[in-house]
Amino acid sequence: MELNARIPSGPLAEKWDNHKFSAKLVNPANRRKFKVIVVGTGLAGAAASATLAEQGYKVSTFCIHDSPRRAHSIAAQGGINAAKNYQTDGDSVFRLFYDTIKGGDFRAREANVYRLAQVSNNIIDQCVAQGVPFAREYGGSLANRSFGGAQVSRTFYARGQTGQQLLLGAYSALSRQIHNGGVTMFNRREMMDLVVIDGQARGIITRNLINGNLESHWADAVLLCTGGYGNVYFLSTNAMASNVTAAWRAYKHGAGFANPSFVQIHPTCIPVHGDYQSKLTLMSESLRNDGRVWVPKNKGDKRKPADIPEEERDYYLENKYPSFGNLVPRDVASRNAKEQCDQGKGVGSTGLAVYLDFADAIKRDGEETILRKYGNLFQMYEKITDSSPLEEPMTIYPAVHYTMGGLWVDYNLMTTIPGLFALGECNFSDHGANRLGASALMQGLADGYFVIPTAIGNYFGESSIAPVNDSDEAFINAQQQVGDRLNKLLQNSSGGVGGKVTVDEIHKELGRLLWDNCGMARNKEGLEMALKKLPEIRQKFWDKVYIPGSGSDLNQTLERAGRVADFLEFGEIMIHDALNRAESCGCHLREESQTEENEAKRDDENYSYVSVWEYQGDDVEPKMHKEDLTFEYVTPSQRSYK
Amino acid sequence: MSNIDLTLQIWRQKNSDALGKLETYTLDKISTDMSFLEMLDVLNEKLTMEGIEPVAFDHDCREGICGMCGAVINGVAHGPEKETTLCQLHMRHFKTGDVLVIEPFRSRAFPIKKDLVVDRSAFDKIIQAGGYVSVNTGGTPDGNAIPISSHIAELAMDAAACIGCGACVASCPNGAAMLFTSAKISQLCLLPQGHAERKKRALSMVETMDKEGFGNCTNLRECEAVCPKSISIRNIARLNREFVRAAFSEG
Repeated sequence: MELNARIPSGPLAEKWDNHKFSAKLVNPANRRKFKVIVVGTGLAGAAASATLAEQGYKVSTFCIHDSPRRAHSIAAQGGINAAKNYQTDGDSVFRLFYDTIKGGDFRAREANVYRLAQVSNNIIDQCVAQGVPFAREYGGSLANRSFGGAQVSRTFYARGQTGQQLLLGAYSALSRQIHNGGVTMFNRREMMDLVVIDGQARGIITRNLINGNLESHWADAVLLCTGGYGNVYFLSTNAMASNVTAAWRAYKHGAGFANPSFVQIHPTCIPVHGDYQSKLTLMSESLRNDGRVWVPKNKGDKRKPADIPEEERDYYLENKYPSFGNLVPRDVASRNAKEQCDQGKGVGSTGLAVYLDFADAIKRDGEETILRKYGNLFQMYEKITDSSPLEEPMTIYPAVHYTMGGLWVDYNLMTTIPGLFALGECNFSDHGANRLGASALMQGLADGYFVIPTAIGNYFGESSIAPVNDSDEAFINAQQQVGDRLNKLLQNSSGGVGGKVTVDEIHKELGRLLWDNCGMARNKEGLEMALKKLPEIRQKFWDKVYIPGSGSDLNQTLERAGRVADFLEFGEIMIHDALNRAESCGCHLREESQTEENEAKRDDENYSYVSVWEYQGDDVEPKMHKEDLTFEYVTPSQRSYK
Repeated sequence: MSNIDLTLQIWRQKNSDALGKLETYTLDKISTDMSFLEMLDVLNEKLTMEGIEPVAFDHDCREGICGMCGAVINGVAHGPEKETTLCQLHMRHFKTGDVLVIEPFRSRAFPIKKDLVVDRSAFDKIIQAGGYVSVNTGGTPDGNAIPISSHIAELAMDAAACIGCGACVASCPNGAAMLFTSAKISQLCLLPQGHAERKKRALSMVETMDKEGFGNCTNLRECEAVCPKSISIRNIARLNREFVRAAFSEG
C-alpha cells in the first residue's frame, strides 16, 4: 500500500491556491458525462451532492433514512468555527490552524488543517446566503461564542441547534438539485458493498430497506460521507443507525484505515442510568462557557449539591488549569472527570458523574440570559433526568462522541482506492488525535462544499476511466456475495441450534469490552486480553444470533445485525491500533505513558505518524503502514492548558 | 426511579398492502427512567426471544432533533407531554395499569410501510419545490454584508426549528401540511436572503403540498398543540399572506 499524501508544494498559506490552479479541470460541458455516487446525506454528503450537481456532474445520492434531512449531523448543538475574526480578538486563519493542530495533539497533517482553516470563512458566507438563521447581535451582525481549546471567540451558532440548521441548509441546496434533476436521490438504502473494477472504485451495492431488494449502481467515482464508528461501543452519542459498514467494506477492498483507535470521549454527556439504555445524550460543550465543573472535596460525599458548602467543593478544572479553566479541551475535561470519579468523588446514584453548575452564571447574568443561550439544552436535560439545571447543577459524565480515525485520504480526500473518496467524519484527515469543539461541522462542510469539487475534477482529469455497467460481472458477483452474507445472518431465523442471543446482547458485550479496555484509558494487558476475547464474541454472534423475519421486507433486526457483524470485525483493528500506539495522545491515556503529574505523555520520537491498516484477509492480522508527520510551521509541544 | 407494568396495544401491519390490526402485549417492570423508545426496545427484545417479529418503528438520533421517530399514543401524536418527540418522552409520565394504544402517524399523504413506519417523502417534495434560497456554492458575499436584526433572526429560527416529523399532519383532521410548509416559508420570507424568490416559493410549495395529497387548514390548531418544537400557527398566517401576495401580484 502506497501512502502518498500528495501535499502540494509551496509555502503553507499558498498550497491550497497553488493546488486549485494546478489541479486538472473538467470542462463544464463534459461534466454531465461523469457520474458520481454519494453515500450519506450529512453535512459532507449533502454539501458534496449539491455542489457537484450545481457544477454539472450527474450525482446519485443514497441515504439510510426516510429523508436526507435526518443524518446525524443534525444533532450537533454548539456551533461551527471560522476564522472570521469578527470580534477582533486576535483570531486569524493561522490561529485557527494552530489551535486545531495543537488541539489534535500534533497528529494531523499541517496542509490539510491549514486548508480547513482557510475555507472556514467561506462556509459561514455560504450558510448565511442559504438563509441559515445564525444568532445575531442587536446591531444585526453575526454573533460568536467561545468554545473549548480556544482563547478567541470564533464559534458561530444557531441556538443549541447549529448542526440542525447547517444540515437543513445543505439539505435545501440538495433538494434544489433533486428538483432540478442534478441529483437522483435514493432514500432508505443501505450501502452493503463497494465494487472495485481494475483497481478503481466503480460502484456500490445497496439494499432497499423497505423491500429488501439488492441493487447495483455504477459510477465514475464514489464518495463515502458515512460518518464515524462511535457506535462500536454500543453506547455513544451517535444516532442509532450510525455505523462503520460502508467504511469497513471499503477497507476490505483495500482502502487503508487510519488511526482507528482515535476516539473522542465527550466530557459533557448525561450519565448512564440503566442496562436498558440505548444511547447517551450529549449536552453541548458550550455549556462550559457558563457552567462550572465541580465535585465534593470529600470522597463519598452523598449530600445534595445545595448542602455542600462552597469551601467543600473542588472546582478541579479551574484549580488545575487556571488559564483555560472550564474551557480546557475535551480530552482534558473527560480525563479529569474520570480521574475524580476513580478517586471516589463522583456524584449521582452511580458515582460516575460530576456536577456542571450554573448557579453563579444565573446570579451574574440572570435566568433570562442563560435560558436564551441554553434554553433548549436545559429543557432536554430536564426531560431526560427530571431535574432542572436552573435549580440544581447538571450531572455529567464523558461518553463516546466522535471518531477522529477513519479512512486514510490524501490531500484530495481520496482513499488508497483510486476513485473512492471519504469526506467528513468518515475520513481521518483533520483532527489528529482529538477534535476541538465546533470543528466537526466545519470539516464536514469544508470537505463537501469546497474541497471535493477541486478533488473530483482533478481525478476525472488525470485518470482514464473505462465504461462500466451495473450488469457487469463484478456487480453481479458483489450482489451475490452480499446476498449470501444476508442469508448467513438469517441462518438462525428459525431458532439457532446453539441457543439464541439477540443482536443487541452481542453489541452490548462488544461495547463493554471496548469501553473497558480501549476507551479513555488503555494499557497493554487490557488490550491484549480484549484482542483475545473479541473473536470469541464474534464466534458467538455467528453461532447464535437470532434474527426473526425475512430478508425480503423491512427488517430492522437484520439491518442492525449486519452493522454489528462489521463492528465485530472492525473492533479488532481498533485494538491492534491502540496496542501499537504505546503513547498517550489526544483523547486517550496510555497508562504506561504518563508524566510525573499523571498527565498524558505524548511520544513524538516514536509515534509522530499516522498508523494506516491494510486488510490482509479474514483471520489474518492486518498490516500496518506509517505516514510520517512532519511539522514545518508549528513546533509540537507538550500541550499545556494550565 | 420506580417500575411500572403496562399493557400495550400496537398497530401491526406487514406492509403497505396488508391489512393491519392492533395486537396486545404486556410489559412488566418498566423503569420510569426509560424513554418511550427504550420501552419499545425492551418489548422488541422480549418479542424476539419469543419468536415473534419485533415491532418496526422509525427512530435515529434519540435526542429529539432528527424527526425520524413518531407514533400516536392514545390518540395524541408523540404522546401526552407537550413539546416532546417520542424519543424524549419518558416512562415517568405513565403509571402501572395504563393501557397504551400505539399507532402510526396516519394520513393520506403518509402511507404506512410497516407497523409504525410511515413514508413521509411527501415532505421532501414540498421542500424540493422551493424550500431554499437558490444560491450555488461559492461566490457568496461576506456573512456580515447583510445586517439582520436579532429579533428577525430569532423569529426565523423559531420557524426553522421544525424537525419534519409529521406530527402536525398526523394530528390534523384535514391531514394538512400547513404548519410544516409555513415553517419553511416563514424562515425564508423573514430573512432578506429569501426575498428574491418569495413569490415563486409560496406558489410552488403550496401547489406541491396540494398535489401530494395534503388537506387544507381550517384553523383547528391541532398541529400547534402536538408540535415537538412548538412551531406557532402564526407561521400559517404568514404563509397565507405570502401566498395571497404572490397570487395577486405580477412577476
